[in-house]
Amino acid sequence: MNASGWPDLMSALYDLLFAPFADFEFMRRALVGAMALALAGAPVGVFLILRRMSLTGDAMAHAILPGAAIGYLIAGLSLGAMTAGGMIAGFVVAIASGAVARATALREDASLAAFYLISLALGVTIVSLKGSNVDLMHVLFGNVLALDDATLLLLAAIASLTLLGLAALYRPLVMETVDPLFLASVSRAGAPAQLIFLGIVVMNLVAGFHALGTLMAVGLMMLPAAAARFWSADISAMVAISAGFGLASTYLGLTLSYHSGAPSGPAVILMAGAIYLVSMVLGRAGGLIRLLRPRHHLEA
Amino acid sequence: MTIALRFNNLTLGYDRHPAVHHLDGVVESGDLLAVCGPNGAGKSTLLKAIAGAIQPLGGEVERLACKARDIAYLPQAAEIDRSFPINVFDLVSMGFWRSAGLFGGLSRAKEARVYDAIASVGLTGLEDRPIGTLSGGQTQRMLFARLLLQDAPVILLDEPFTALDSKTTADLLEVVARWHGEKRTVVAVLHDDEIIRRCFPKALLLAREPVAWGETAQVLGAENLLRARRMVEAFDREAHECERVA
Repeated sequence: MNASGWPDLMSALYDLLFAPFADFEFMRRALVGAMALALAGAPVGVFLILRRMSLTGDAMAHAILPGAAIGYLIAGLSLGAMTAGGMIAGFVVAIASGAVARATALREDASLAAFYLISLALGVTIVSLKGSNVDLMHVLFGNVLALDDATLLLLAAIASLTLLGLAALYRPLVMETVDPLFLASVSRAGAPAQLIFLGIVVMNLVAGFHALGTLMAVGLMMLPAAAARFWSADISAMVAISAGFGLASTYLGLTLSYHSGAPSGPAVILMAGAIYLVSMVLGRAGGLIRLLRPRHHLEA
Repeated sequence: MTIALRFNNLTLGYDRHPAVHHLDGVVESGDLLAVCGPNGAGKSTLLKAIAGAIQPLGGEVERLACKARDIAYLPQAAEIDRSFPINVFDLVSMGFWRSAGLFGGLSRAKEARVYDAIASVGLTGLEDRPIGTLSGGQTQRMLFARLLLQDAPVILLDEPFTALDSKTTADLLEVVARWHGEKRTVVAVLHDDEIIRRCFPKALLLAREPVAWGETAQVLGAENLLRARRMVEAFDREAHECERVA
């Protein structure tokens, strides 16, 4: 490479990796908001996976739609109304489906499916009857490139609350997942821990829905956590790895979307998906390569 | 003598059908008591009631030694999620829950006690192993280590030696003997008469109704065992309301 090559390369790299964020405030806002989501979503996703509730997260994401829609009906595209509506709808579905599962012969997964399907249909109906298609797109896919101050504050507040809440709940949640009978024999913390955890899930989905929309919100929770499982068999390491993957996906996704013109929310989730697929193949803890080409067994 | 547990006309069961019927008696502090009897005699149900996991249909369990949550209880089929990414050391440390709570740290001294507990069940060297890689016997040893840390005055074991080989059984019986030496109250549901005769000074023979309770040699006499076998009648759907009083 000749002497003049270096500056060219550096400036090309700068244009590629830094310029989008240095030059445009909306990109910086998008990055900060999405990173807050990724940071809080990581431990939530890890617990969802370990508690075998991966699909519960998805179902709950759909369930918050009518709440947000009703908030929208009442107050238009208002942050407060749509947030409150989404939270209320999420809690109602979570508690109602839990109650139906306990009181009737229907199992929890089936009753949750029933409630979220009704909820989703209701939500789409309300939005499309009363709003324009642009609004519907906003609710379904979010708009990470138009985060205002209030929304950023909301995302940051929810992320902080989530991390504090999970720090407090960490032990009972781990114990409740590994050995529920043991926790029940030494403490009453099991049931409230489970309920608060569900509350945290709903809160993060509502936060995610402002940036990524109801359909994509779960992606930033589940994909990095699922990818982390391929790299570690230790829960605290999984949380750290998953947060790292989440942060990387938001940066890579936004950069990709800036240069290619791809919609930003889906670009972020696609990057998380790419990290998941690569981890599935290369991961040290149960990845495909390790499975297909196991190392030779030890002596003892 | 001090009393650890007292059963007052205790009736336990499911859907109003009794599994343990009108049990009276006391477990003294420091007792090493085996609960035996045929399948369906209500042995596990009795332990669950002592641990406070189920409510009696009638009568009561008085816990005079400690509160229900300070009792260490090892259920028959521990519902452990063995695929959970946690290692032996961390799982055994859960025994400190009552003293550590949500945030309490693991001091040097406590850490040393975790290693001690793991050593006394013969699992030294496996501290960092994920729990999913342990054998059945090793898993039971690990759960005994956790019981050790719970430091409970009353310990309940539900068929703790089922499906274990003789070496593991002998090692864990040693742990039980140590608890007995420390004057802890141990109540264990067991099926193996030979182990009961050899290691448990007292026995309760249960066949839904209490058959005999006292010195092991007398309780496990041939006549009592025969009676116990006859007494576990078939489940009666048309059963009338029990009118017996205390």
